[in-house]
Amino acid sequence: MKMQKKRYVLKFPAQSGDMPLSYHLVKDFDIRINILRAEVWPGKTGSLVLELEGTTTNLKNGIAYLEENQVSCEPLNKKITWDNARCISCGNCTAVCFAGALQMNPEKWELQFDPEKCIVCELCVPACPLNLFKIDFRDN
Amino acid sequence: MSIQKTYEEINEKIRRGEAVVLTAEEVSQMALTATPEEIAEKVDVVTTATFGAMCSSGAIVNFGHANPPIRMEKIRLNGVPAYEGLAAVDTYIGATACDPENPKYGGAHVIQDLVDGKDIELEAWGKGTDCYPRKHIKTIINKETVNEMILFNPRNAYQNYPVAVNSTSQMKYTYMGNLLPNMRNATYSTSGELSPLLNDPEMKTIGIGTRIFLGGTQGFVVWPGTQFNTLKPKNEFGVPVSNSATLAVMGNLKEMSSEFLQAAYYEKYGVSLFVGIGIPIPVLNADIAKNVSIRNEQIETTVCDYGVEGSPALGRVTYAELRSGEIEVQGKKIRTAPVSSLAKARKIAKILKQSILAGEFEISKPVQMFPTNTSLKSLKEVKGGEQS
Ligand code: SF4
Ligand code: SF4
Repeated sequence: MKMQKKRYVLKFPAQSGDMPLSYHLVKDFDIRINILRAEVWPGKTGSLVLELEGTTTNLKNGIAYLEENQVSCEPLNKKITWDNARCISCGNCTAVCFAGALQMNPEKWELQFDPEKCIVCELCVPACPLNLFKIDFRDN
Repeated sequence: MSIQKTYEEINEKIRRGEAVVLTAEEVSQMALTATPEEIAEKVDVVTTATFGAMCSSGAIVNFGHANPPIRMEKIRLNGVPAYEGLAAVDTYIGATACDPENPKYGGAHVIQDLVDGKDIELEAWGKGTDCYPRKHIKTIINKETVNEMILFNPRNAYQNYPVAVNSTSQMKYTYMGNLLPNMRNATYSTSGELSPLLNDPEMKTIGIGTRIFLGGTQGFVVWPGTQFNTLKPKNEFGVPVSNSATLAVMGNLKEMSSEFLQAAYYEKYGVSLFVGIGIPIPVLNADIAKNVSIRNEQIETTVCDYGVEGSPALGRVTYAELRSGEIEVQGKKIRTAPVSSLAKARKIAKILKQSILAGEFEISKPVQMFPTNTSLKSLKEVKGGEQS
């Protein structure tokens, strides 16, 4: 069975805070979890950036389980926007992205963005002198 | 006989559509197999370019007179302070000027908005005089309503620039980008072998009056730039190994485009302006051919610690190393990143090449060469009137 690794932004309502969701993901769906970022406050809505690794079927079922429990689950790349059209490929953002999601193409020296590598550290947001990054993983 | 061409001969060839023009990167490749003599024979002009943040930028604007007229003694453009000491209705708006209340929008943004044809709010105050009775005006100006708008940059196109690192345990926010603690990144800023003053290190062809590409149109070198320093140490290829000469440049801002003039805001530092500059270098002889053949592995620059007062030098690296993505400084491997756009610089070098080939851009012989023995003074502090 082919394993897949995907990054998701989870948003869960206040009442799901006490449910052992990640336990069930691991136990019932055999999904490996890597928490990249968490903003959870007791009794309030929370956001989590997770890397989930499992078979396609298990990932699908795991996500369906989360959604049944009122937890929204969106692929991470939808939550990061970068205004490519205005980018001047100066490279300032690549200086701070040690995850390697932002890199200069070594031939053309244009910025390349690989959302799969992003760990949502948000360092690129203030680093871009043109303010081209929007990373929104909190509740709107 | 060694080749010796004149500016006029090269311009004649440009007019006849016979000139051979290469970008500085192309000629560096050619030099791998051709001698300087062969290059001088075959190539007439080499185009160089850079597109980086150049804080020392600004624009002179003449607003025209209102009725009744005002002698503007305090000027705000979209809230950004502009210089008020230039007669009645002229101003100089510096790229780094800003209103502390709104630090993310500064002079560079006003300049870019002007170039883009956007409306700008002009508010000015005067004391009211017999010939300029008005005391206040609040109105809208734009590219079409003003008389002149001229880009004038006193210090641009730095000949080489240090690499920035930060040895402290705190993030440093600089004009060389955000420097991670403990030397976890290094940033560099020139376009290396494409960079104008690295291709003519002794400025044998660049001087006052040199016609250049500036912000999308033709501009001129009008003076040696401020902090012009010719006494910095050079390496075996004749290239200064740290920041040395600079250029003062000028051009018609009305003709420029924000594709080559980009306002920028650096976190916890302030506003600056990315400026696109391209300089054609006429290949007059084998000496100049040799200079334009310089390659990234021959261009060295100094690594400076921006975390420590005085930015002490930590070592030297080449542009080939910088571009490889990693340098070694004092035994430590450090990831590198550019902070100026090579993609844009290449575009400028190409546009300049094409406009020369199309006969739209002639080479100009400088009317005055630059000084060759200038160094820099630093600012001494004199306390309480005592002289030390
Ligand atoms: S958020 Fe961090 S990891 Fe993601 S692209 Fe920006 S700097 Fe890179
Ligand atoms: S810092 Fe901004 S403008 Fe520069 S390469 Fe990154 S996204 Fe593009």
